[in-house]
Amino acid sequence: MLGRTLREVSTALKQGQITPTELCQKCLSLIKKTKFLNAYITVSEEVALKQAEESEKRYKEGHSLGDLDGIPIAVKDNFSTSGIETTCASNMLKGYVPPYNATVVQKLLDQGALLMGKTNLDEFAMGSGSTDGIFGPVKNPWSYSKQYRGKKQQKTHGEDEDSNWLITGGSSGGSAAAVSAFTCFAALGSDTGGSTRNPAAHCGVVGLKPSYGLVSRHGLIPLVNSMDVPGILTRCVDDAAIVLGVLAGHDPKDSTTVQDPVKPFMLPSLTDVSKLCVGIPKEYLTPELSSEVQSLWSKAADLFESEGAKVIEVSLPHTSYSIVCYHVLCTSEVASNMARFDGLEYGHRCDVDVSTEAMYAATRREGFNDVVRGRILSGNFFLLKENYENYFVKAQKVRRLIANDFVNVFKSGVDVLLTPTTLSEAVPYLEFIKEDNRTRSAQDDIFTQAVNMAGLPAVSIPMALSSQGLPVGLQFIGRAFCDQQLLTVAKWFEKQVQFPVIQLQELMDDYSSIFENEKLASVSVKQR
Amino acid sequence: MTGLALGCRINRKSLFDRKHYFYADLPAGYQITQQRLPIAVNGSLAYSICVGKKPAQVVPRTVRVKQIQLEQDSGKSLHDDLRSQTLIDLNRAGVGLLEVVLEPDMSCGEEAATAVRELQLILQALGTSQANMAEGQLRVDANISVHHPGEPLGIRTEVKNLNSARFLAKAIDYEIQRQISELENGGEILNETRSFDYKLGCTVPMRDKEGKQDYRWFMPEPNLPPLLLYDSGSLPAGVDPQQVINIDWLRERLPELPSVTREKLVRQYGMLPEHSVALLNEVGLLEFFQNVMKETRAEPKRVTSWVLNTFLGFLKQQNLAVSESPVTPAALAELLDLLDRKAISSSAAKKVFEELWRSEGKTPTQIVAEKKLELMQDPEELEQLCRATLEAHPGVVMDLKKGNPRAINKLIGLVRKTTLGRADPAVIKEVLERQLSS
Repeated sequence: MLGRTLREVSTALKQGQITPTELCQKCLSLIKKTKFLNAYITVSEEVALKQAEESEKRYKEGHSLGDLDGIPIAVKDNFSTSGIETTCASNMLKGYVPPYNATVVQKLLDQGALLMGKTNLDEFAMGSGSTDGIFGPVKNPWSYSKQYRGKKQQKTHGEDEDSNWLITGGSSGGSAAAVSAFTCFAALGSDTGGSTRNPAAHCGVVGLKPSYGLVSRHGLIPLVNSMDVPGILTRCVDDAAIVLGVLAGHDPKDSTTVQDPVKPFMLPSLTDVSKLCVGIPKEYLTPELSSEVQSLWSKAADLFESEGAKVIEVSLPHTSYSIVCYHVLCTSEVASNMARFDGLEYGHRCDVDVSTEAMYAATRREGFNDVVRGRILSGNFFLLKENYENYFVKAQKVRRLIANDFVNVFKSGVDVLLTPTTLSEAVPYLEFIKEDNRTRSAQDDIFTQAVNMAGLPAVSIPMALSSQGLPVGLQFIGRAFCDQQLLTVAKWFEKQVQFPVIQLQELMDDYSSIFENEKLASVSVKQR
Repeated sequence: MTGLALGCRINRKSLFDRKHYFYADLPAGYQITQQRLPIAVNGSLAYSICVGKKPAQVVPRTVRVKQIQLEQDSGKSLHDDLRSQTLIDLNRAGVGLLEVVLEPDMSCGEEAATAVRELQLILQALGTSQANMAEGQLRVDANISVHHPGEPLGIRTEVKNLNSARFLAKAIDYEIQRQISELENGGEILNETRSFDYKLGCTVPMRDKEGKQDYRWFMPEPNLPPLLLYDSGSLPAGVDPQQVINIDWLRERLPELPSVTREKLVRQYGMLPEHSVALLNEVGLLEFFQNVMKETRAEPKRVTSWVLNTFLGFLKQQNLAVSESPVTPAALAELLDLLDRKAISSSAAKKVFEELWRSEGKTPTQIVAEKKLELMQDPEELEQLCRATLEAHPGVVMDLKKGNPRAINKLIGLVRKTTLGRADPAVIKEVLERQLSS
């Protein structure tokens, strides 16, 4: 039952094949079994069971709330949840219990969804590995899959398997792992530069970044307000569309959401792609792109072409400036946004009481990790009066050029763009931490962050397994507010490629027993 | 509406910015304000000041409005020196406020206080704010500099958070004198933030960091899209009227502004300009005046005088608001009617008013009857009293005949005394003169 998609399990609930409480308990027990993945920071067992009970009552009385009623979901731990600790994986907010729900969380709960827990991330969503939070790194469920282990054993014998687990990507790695390991049917992530799509690609799930302004950010603890979007992680495109249908729409508490009424996202099954024009941005063919991902990318392009779609090479000429520009704008907004964590109103406060200034300094030193402090520092540098014109203003201008690149391409008749999501498949943790967070983010956000600067919808769809047996995802980018068209194309593609289901069960049983004794040894691995 | 009332150019598109500074009373670490493109610019505020004591001259003045911007209020730091603690009141933090930036067109504390008073009246008329300064609904930051005529403006200081018009005037005048003597003694003026110590009546440099400018620059506020306003011509079709602002619609609905109300009073009642100013200066006083006017046959001049002198005097003496007055407009109107038809003398009217103030519920007519304050209506009775007085005081009559002009007044006074103030002095004079010449 847990292996089903959201839509399938919803049907099962409606037909009475399973009750919400049974479903909830199954997920809770799997969450416990997969605790070693470190996907969840908080498991809200009591809340979920109570919600399940209420949902069950509704089903019995014959007035369920819709497709999401009784469906277990997970929420990244940077969305405020009323009465449930919300940490952003930071000492700064450890123990912080918000008094209200983020709009997106409230909308899911209003539809009867069951909140299983809050998922792990990089501290304040700054990172691309889900390795830099105070609760330790998230482990990619594919590390323990039959597909990956099988290939691994053929090549390397006797190697220490346990230390060789893979990262999930990030920063929404906990949400991606939770969906990938079947502990919930959908999860909320956040996407500022690729934080939903990147882990989705590495964990073999669908990761949707909706158009900026379509989904409310109220209650999402901000990273970069002008780029943040709540993201959706599911096991198939239809499920993402169902969740988007619930989340989308104007929120008076977020002035950047559009006022236009939003209709439910029902995706037609495309049978004919001959009227479709797919653009392949030539600038995305970078030297760092792994040959395997590159070849899957061209295979995907060929697939469209062979089915009658028009596939053309397009140019987004300012792509090479994008990551630097993103860095300036991101850190500037981070510096501005992080000022509120001063230890006075909420969150961590140090014991120093020599002076207010000393208290601020110590609180922030204790509360933030190096990555966060580093971004605050560079952001404040860019916002200095003497640097403002040369960095911030210039980056804003480049941002406009990047957005215009997309506008021009779409104006020329392209319906969707097809690109890789990541440079390669997921790498082992020990490999990943050889580079610092900043370097990794600059590499890993390469294909994803431009979309955030332009506010466009994009979705990562798992295409195939690499030679190592690991998922590779490709990214579709759509026109602003054409999320439905984008998902329709993605659904067609998903159907064509028939991405394999992760084979987890037997191996996980073994590992859960091993890890029970180990108590997350990896937490002690110092982040550099 | 404030922008329209102050004759500003309304920007159809205005932007929000973040002003960064790290201070405990600002929970987010930045203030959202309108630095680059505010909602309204280039207006003016007309006000009048009274020059000279008697007769007072009303002189019109104008101060230019540089801009009106929307921004967030901050919290309030309360320093507890005893326990060396700072407590922060965040109740107003993040609440929207409107800042009106005036150009340096004023030259003394009184001008500034009067201009602010006028602004306050405008805001109250518009309903933009209750603008109660004591409650922090209207606060003033005053920038002050001194310079010699013909020279450019001097370096300015800013006195922050002034919460009454009186303190505003005092702080400015103090600061002007301080700066002049500082410069005359060879010192220099620092561009600093000061606060006004109302107990000592002087300004002091602010000890906390609020005065220091942050080293970081403004950043466009990413959470607030540009604020777009429309007029009837540019209104997009098919929009929800609740979601858009039509400037023309607002302009048509602007209430009457205080300057217009005053002009009307002057024109309609032949009132002195300073009286029209006084009527508007007290909350509810104009309405009181108009209600009296509605119900009395008395001359506007008399009503004005009674409202501004007697009525307002009593209120001030007991520190009451117009709404707390024990005397209703109807009662005053009735009293003034009695006076108007010469049923009572003006001194009797004063007594009736005092009585009205003391004992609520009685009408002036009742009081007049009870206290026997009505003027003598029987001419024969007055004739007799006058005759008796003349006979009783032959010395005074002699004086008068010798040509002492003041003697007649003495006789009038004597008659009034015997009538217990119930006869009109003019009528007494008439009777006395007739009797003396016959």
